[in-house]
This record gives sequence, C-alpha cells and structure tokens, in this order.
Amino acid sequence: MRRWVLPALLLVALFGAWQIAASSGALADVLGLESFLVPSPAEIAESLWQSRSLLAENAWVTLREILFGLGCALVVGVGFAVLMHLSDLIRDATYPLIVASQTIPIVVVAPILLVWLGFGIGPKVVVVALICFFPITVNALAGLRGADPEAIKLMRTLDASRWQVFRRVETPSALPSFFTGAKIAVVVAPIGAVFGEWVGASSGLGHLILTDNAQLEVAREFAAVFVLSAMALILIGLLALVERRVVTWR
Amino acid sequence: MSVSIRGLGHSYADLQTIDRLDLEVGENEVLGLVGPSGCGKSTLLELICGLLEPSAGTIAVAAATSARERLSHCAYMPQSDQLLPWYSALDNAALALRNRGLGRAEARGQAAELFERFGLAGFERTAPAELSGGMRQRVAFLRTLVSGKPLLALDEPFASLDAITRSEMQEWLAAALGADPRTVVLVTHDVEEALYLSDRVLVLSPRPTAVVTELQAPAPRAPDRDGAVTAPEFVAIREQALHALRGPHA
Repeated sequence: MRRWVLPALLLVALFGAWQIAASSGALADVLGLESFLVPSPAEIAESLWQSRSLLAENAWVTLREILFGLGCALVVGVGFAVLMHLSDLIRDATYPLIVASQTIPIVVVAPILLVWLGFGIGPKVVVVALICFFPITVNALAGLRGADPEAIKLMRTLDASRWQVFRRVETPSALPSFFTGAKIAVVVAPIGAVFGEWVGASSGLGHLILTDNAQLEVAREFAAVFVLSAMALILIGLLALVERRVVTWR
Repeated sequence: MSVSIRGLGHSYADLQTIDRLDLEVGENEVLGLVGPSGCGKSTLLELICGLLEPSAGTIAVAAATSARERLSHCAYMPQSDQLLPWYSALDNAALALRNRGLGRAEARGQAAELFERFGLAGFERTAPAELSGGMRQRVAFLRTLVSGKPLLALDEPFASLDAITRSEMQEWLAAALGADPRTVVLVTHDVEEALYLSDRVLVLSPRPTAVVTELQAPAPRAPDRDGAVTAPEFVAIREQALHALRGPHA
C-alpha cells in the first residue's frame, strides 16, 4: 500500500499547489507571463476532455510508431544478442561498433531518415527502433553471458547439447536482465517517436505538441504530454506484468 | 564400471595442481578422497568426469579414455546443488532424460518413480527455492542417479548443510547406495564422512596432489551411523587419517 499511497499523496499535493499557484495568477506573475500561458491542472483537464478525440487520434498514431519500433528493436536486438553470444567472432567484431554507434546522436540521424524514408510512419519507427535497440541488445547479451558456468558444467555432465544448454540454462538466466533492457527501451521509445514526429510529420502527439506550441495552445500541449506519459506508464505496467508471469523464480 | 588413472598431471597456467597421480577404483566401490582445501580434489573429479583434459597421463573410465566418452559415463554432483530455479524439483530431476530427447511427460514419469523412495513424494512440483537444504541435496542426488550413469562423482555433496542434516543425509546416502550400488568417487574434506560412506579412503597432500596414505573403512555405510562412527575401531582410523592430513610438519 505504502508503495502506492505515498507517491499518490505527493502527486495530489503537487497538483494542488500548482492549481492554487496557477489559478490565482501568482505563477504567471512570478514568471512574468500572461496567465493563459500558464494553465492550471483544471484547465489542462478541461482541454484534455474537450480535445479528447483529437488527442486520441494522435495518440493512436504515436502508439503505433512506438509499438512497431519496439517490436523491431526486440526482434533484431535479441537476435543480435544471441548471435553475439554464440559466436565470439561476431561479438568481437561488432560489439565495439555497436557501442561506438551510440555516440551518433539520433538528432542527426532522424532528418536523414526523413529524406530517405519520407513523411510516413517509416522514419518514426526506425528512430524508435534505433534508440531501443541498444538497451535491449546489451542487456540481453549481458544476461546470456551471465549464466552460471557451474550450472552449464553440470548440464554438460547431464548430456546436454549446446542447444539444450542455451535453452534450459542460458535463456532463463538471461530473462531478468532482458526485461531490464526492455523496460529501459519502453521508457525511451516515446521520446524517439516524438522526436521522429518533430523532424517531419502530419499527425501524432509530437506533431500536436509542436503545432500547439506554435499556436500558444499551452493547455492542450500539457494535455498531450499527459497522454504521452500515461501511454508510456501503461506500457511499462504491461511489461512488468509479463515479467512477473514469465520470471516466476525471483 | 571401474576407473583407472595412470601418471595423471594437471596444471593451471604455471601452477602444477596434480603431478603423477595413480589411482584405481573398482566396480561398485565407493572411494573417498580427503585432502586439505585447495589440494586439487575438485579438479581431480572434473578430470575424471571429462570436464577437463589432463596435461599428462591417462584416465580410463571403463574403456572410455577421451574426455567426451568419460563425460557420457560419469554423473557429477557439484558442491552446491545447482538446481535450476526455473524448473520444479521434478523437472530438475528429469533433466538428463530431457537432454537425451525424452518427451516431457515420459521423463517426468521416470523421475517421479524415485521421488517416493527418496522421501520427496509430494514435492514434485515445488520450486527449488522452497525446499529445505537437505531436500535440495536429495533432489540433486536424484538428478544424478536418474541420469543412469555408472560412475557417480560427488564433490563435497553435504558441505553446505548443517551438522544434523548432514549426518541424516550421510545415513540416507548410505542406504541409497546399499539399495542401488554404484561406483562412486566421493570428494570431501570431512574425514568422518569419507570413512563412513566409503569402502576405501585416500588421504591427499596439498598441491601438487599426491596420495599420502590409503585407509580401509572399518564399517562402510553401516545402517546405524552414529554407532559406527563412535566405534573404537572407527575412531582409531579417523585419528590415523587426521594425522596423515596434518602432514609431516605437524
């Protein structure tokens, strides 16, 4: 209970303070801004309700980008981790390059992707996949390599083939670490999707945030941010649920 | 199934762990190996089981001399039980059968037959983490037996247990070997355990491992353990072994 009640109480307190500070005009005065630029939580909630169908439409666009991107990153990332685990040659050749590739800012890559792949969903999916690939791959690989060598030795005396060691020892050992990587990926995926939309899009929450910002629709901008983070939280929750069903021994 | 070791040598890098060791184990004989910590007892077991290749000399388990063949003849029980936490007690016990390609139901069925005999009935579906130390050790031993291999290599099988559980397990193992005789190589640092469970005990020297003395156990695997280990004859031989262990400098 404490785990939920304490942060919930803190959140209510913060929103309450924000509400009072914004609705009394004190917050706008301190910042030296017009009051419509500093919406109160109530105004944001009102905007959330009034623009619900617009927000839902755009949220669906962004959610699809996130899910497709995550899916690609999972398939390619886990596949790559397995290859690197099974072949020292592949690992030694590619691992330094994978780490080095992380120094290339996605900010630089996204516009190029736009040029190559157009204004559709393609470049957004690729941006999401690119930033999710690293945490998934690195953690899955660390998990596979972290399998207890004594357990592997024991499996060899129990007539296990390489494949059976992989399936019965290494894969289950890797699961907790894999889920850690997947959770990081789920957290960064919405950032990737929004950024992909900022570079060039005609819909999506990132696109909406950008246009609302230009039109000084600050309340709806906040509402879009709220929807985005709610989406990410639900995804993390679902992942945690799957983890608890799969990793039953921890 | 007998074991014959001739002129065995092994080294890790520059460290000579075993040097010109000769050793014989007869059919259905239980051979105890005692020695100070770090004397290379575990290495010797891994060499016999084919988990390691010697740097000199030969090891023959029945007619098998290559590491690969030895591996298929030997069942190894490591110091820690090494039960896989993601499998139930029964699935752990059935691992060797599964690795040999038996279907899940059939492998489980064969392993389950032994659960009753080993005092584990009702715990088939229990996760290893929920079993007591003694039960985990019994499941680990069962897993070793189910593999159906003629030679059992036991590496400090009860070292992690408390004194009471350990003596219970020794009595239990004695009964299990009485009902189902096997060729056993038992490594331990507990002289009493070695003399109670074995037919013959070799006292080993610190690195490089050599045989200091050979002792015949007075009453191998007597049903009444406490009586057997307190008999004057047993105590005298135990003192002899301890004296040999302390070495010429003591």
